[in-house]
Amino acid sequence: MVGTMSGRLEHLLRDAFPDASELSVVDRTGGGDHFHVTVVSRRFDGLSRVDQHRLVYEALASPLGDGSIHELRITTRGAA
Amino acid sequence: MSELRQRIKTTIESEPVVAFVKGTHQQAYCGNSQRAMHALRSVGASFTAVDVLPDPAIRLELSALTSWPTIPQVFVGGELIGGADIVQEMAASGELEAKLDEKLGDRWRSPGAEKTVSVVAVV
Repeated sequence: MVGTMSGRLEHLLRDAFPDASELSVVDRTGGGDHFHVTVVSRRFDGLSRVDQHRLVYEALASPLGDGSIHELRITTRGAA
Repeated sequence: MSELRQRIKTTIESEPVVAFVKGTHQQAYCGNSQRAMHALRSVGASFTAVDVLPDPAIRLELSALTSWPTIPQVFVGGELIGGADIVQEMAASGELEAKLDEKLGDRWRSPGAEKTVSVVAVV
């Protein structure tokens, strides 16, 4: 089911960024494998964008590794 | 370090601007690779593309080297500056030009000077 995959990603991101002031998962095509995730969190404060995205990749390592995400767009911001 | 990983590392360190993409500088086979190369072009940067499609090992070795799981990956002066999203954001905000200036001085300003190189050994 399409909704299940978005829900799985959101759950993983909430676990990794419990303080997030903004967190969204958009299924870009409705096909359940092209996503745009946005996270605003204090965890990103002081980190380069590359390291911010690495934290997102880390949180989503499982769906990235098993091929269930075909394309992932990421937007991150620190909370400071 | 495997021979392939060494060749990838050497390419990253020796090319001023290098983009690991699915496809070539002339033909991207993935929207994100296209976006990354478009962002470089939009600021007038010359770049070298490396196609990861000829051998799945290229992507595995690259990701092991960079701790970055996806393609594309863009490097300036040997430093990973990001994938499509970051490079696009940086191009829009002016940070990309600032980063190119900081790392490379004037060496990156040759619009249209694009090429694709291989990291796969010629047999």
